[in-house]
Amino acid sequence: MELNPWAIAGMAAVGLFTFWLGHASSRSAVSTPDFLVARRAVRARRNAAALAGEYLSAASFLGIAGLVLSDGAGALWYPVGFTAGFLAVLLFVAAPLRRSGAYTLPDFAEARFGSRRLRGLCAVFVLLVCYLYLIPQLQGAGMVLSYVLPVPTWVGAIVVIAVVVVNVLGGGMRTATLVQAAQYWIKLFAIAAPTFVLCLVFFIARPDHAERLDAARTPTFTADTTVHVQTTVRMTVQETTPVAAEGRIDNVAAHSGMVLTKGVHTVDKGTTLRFPEGTSVPAVGSAKSANSDWLRFGGGQDAVEAYSLMFALFLGAVGLPHVLARFYTSPDGRAARRTVLHVLALLGAFYVFPTVLGALSRLYVPELMVTGRADVAVLDLPGAMLSSMTGQILTGVLAAGAFAAFLATSSGLLVSLSGVISTEVLTGRVRDFRWAAVLCGIIPLAAAIALRPSEITVGVGMAFALAASTFAPLLLLGIWWRKLTVAGAATGIVLGGILVLGAFTLSIVSGYTGGWAPALVRQPALLSVPVVFLVVLLVSRATKQQPQAEVNAIFLRLHAPDPLGLTRDRDTERFGPPRDQGRKPLRGGRHRRQ
Amino acid sequence: MTEHGQGPAAPQRIHRKRVVLAGGNSPVSVLRARGEVEQQTSMGELLVRNLIRAQLRVALGLAAIVTVLFGAIPLLSVFLPAFNHATLLGVPLPWLLLGVLAFPVLFAAGYVYNRMAERNERDFVDMVEN
Repeated sequence: MELNPWAIAGMAAVGLFTFWLGHASSRSAVSTPDFLVARRAVRARRNAAALAGEYLSAASFLGIAGLVLSDGAGALWYPVGFTAGFLAVLLFVAAPLRRSGAYTLPDFAEARFGSRRLRGLCAVFVLLVCYLYLIPQLQGAGMVLSYVLPVPTWVGAIVVIAVVVVNVLGGGMRTATLVQAAQYWIKLFAIAAPTFVLCLVFFIARPDHAERLDAARTPTFTADTTVHVQTTVRMTVQETTPVAAEGRIDNVAAHSGMVLTKGVHTVDKGTTLRFPEGTSVPAVGSAKSANSDWLRFGGGQDAVEAYSLMFALFLGAVGLPHVLARFYTSPDGRAARRTVLHVLALLGAFYVFPTVLGALSRLYVPELMVTGRADVAVLDLPGAMLSSMTGQILTGVLAAGAFAAFLATSSGLLVSLSGVISTEVLTGRVRDFRWAAVLCGIIPLAAAIALRPSEITVGVGMAFALAASTFAPLLLLGIWWRKLTVAGAATGIVLGGILVLGAFTLSIVSGYTGGWAPALVRQPALLSVPVVFLVVLLVSRATKQQPQAEVNAIFLRLHAPDPLGLTRDRDTERFGPPRDQGRKPLRGGRHRRQ
Repeated sequence: MTEHGQGPAAPQRIHRKRVVLAGGNSPVSVLRARGEVEQQTSMGELLVRNLIRAQLRVALGLAAIVTVLFGAIPLLSVFLPAFNHATLLGVPLPWLLLGVLAFPVLFAAGYVYNRMAERNERDFVDMVEN
């Protein structure tokens, strides 16, 4: 694509800023506790910004707008679900998990059950969830970089992994907190400012080609448009459309002066299509072609998908490893709860914007639906709405924000992943942590390059489904139900893993063979979550209970209010009491410098 | 602060320490805070059970409200076309509900939970300390 100097400058600035901030604060990360848990003295507000910064991934920054462009109202479940997941975290997990003193999910499994084997199993699934989450991030990074620079898509994935690994090598968790918090604000600015400008342009200019979105027709091409199809797609054509094509359509060599009849066509990778101005835009995959469908919720499959998303996203955030590690940096259970409350506000403030951008893209860049790369809608929009210079600057700002999203989420995932690997597989020293970070980066990088990219948000939805079907039962039942047994928890994790990874494999196969998979395969949580919960309940009933006294002791520690002082932190046991807590809490959750 | 006027201070010997994060060989029971708990009488046990039940009740209640609110939307839009086609100030209702209104609702639920959970804990602490 064309070269955009502003975008390159913006992305470079974000990368350098990350480096600088990481380097500046890594000098204060002197001890192992610093490195891993930031001395548990991070204030609720900064911790919340860091949590939100880590959480707002490329799926949120680019993916939601892309999905809104193609799927319309149904896509709005994603931002709602991403936020509602944190409500579930707040209601059921935040404070008890903090008080359990566990730094990672395997830590929690061991603290609750005292089982080393369950601990190992959890470590394996932490790995899987992180990989599943990282792959779409890296693919998105590749897509964005190849959008602003004439480079192949794998370059972006390598750049992001390299920046993240180097940063993690430098400072661990303490650096990460500050960097992630800064990245939340970068992302909020990078999406809010262009949205305001573009909305202003829309309301002032009201261009004549922007026909009303509630018209019962399909969006039309605003100019003669050449589309390069980069992945094989299924195209739904609403009305007979003349097209000059080069490549293969429906397994037949295409030619100029072709006519696409109404119906579904398969367009092969590498085909070039030339649509004349004013013809209607065909829809790709599950996209809604008519504006009237786009504007409203669909029935049938769409409703199934909506419920499935609710299951996956509402419960998935509970089991995300990089989110859980964040609670450990809070001073106590109550601060952890306050942190999550702040996160709810920060996420709500952010998620309004991608929706607006998605709706605007339907008006101005509908042709992206044809290319199967709706994820770049956010970047393409300013150029389509504004003169070259201003548009390029806005695209630059947005690209910088997207880059911040890739960096923040990938480094959050990588930190928690290498935390788990270095303690479970290696010996748990800082040097191991660093090796683990390098090793953990390579595999998802390879997968991201090898696998065919799908929509970022859908890929992330799969990671949420896996977390919701494996770790959510472990955490929710482990914290609130005394009768959960090791066997029950382990069965649930394995079963949930099989169901979701099976669906994931099917959906990859379906992606290569024409996208026949139904909604439940693309988003399996509606089936997998209830089944797993049921099986966990049944197995726990049937197997030997933990001794009553032991469970009581654990539950007391998880739920007793912080002033009673029953929390035991792993690192306090190992390294002795923290030398410098930095800030002492006051009444009412406020904190003050000592 | 460093002391003044003593010339170059003898470099303090820093011992190399091996740091282990998660136990390779340590006994599992390290994490179980038995000591404190053993002081708890059966009365204390009952209090804790009540606290946990109260916290769970608050959480489940709010979760139920939020689930019903959101869960109703796909059903309503399938069975009540008027809901799906309604507009408010020119914005279609589905977009207004999910795009904007959902977030204040979620925050409000979190806020209410936080207050109630903290009140439960305060009551518990007061009861234990008196």
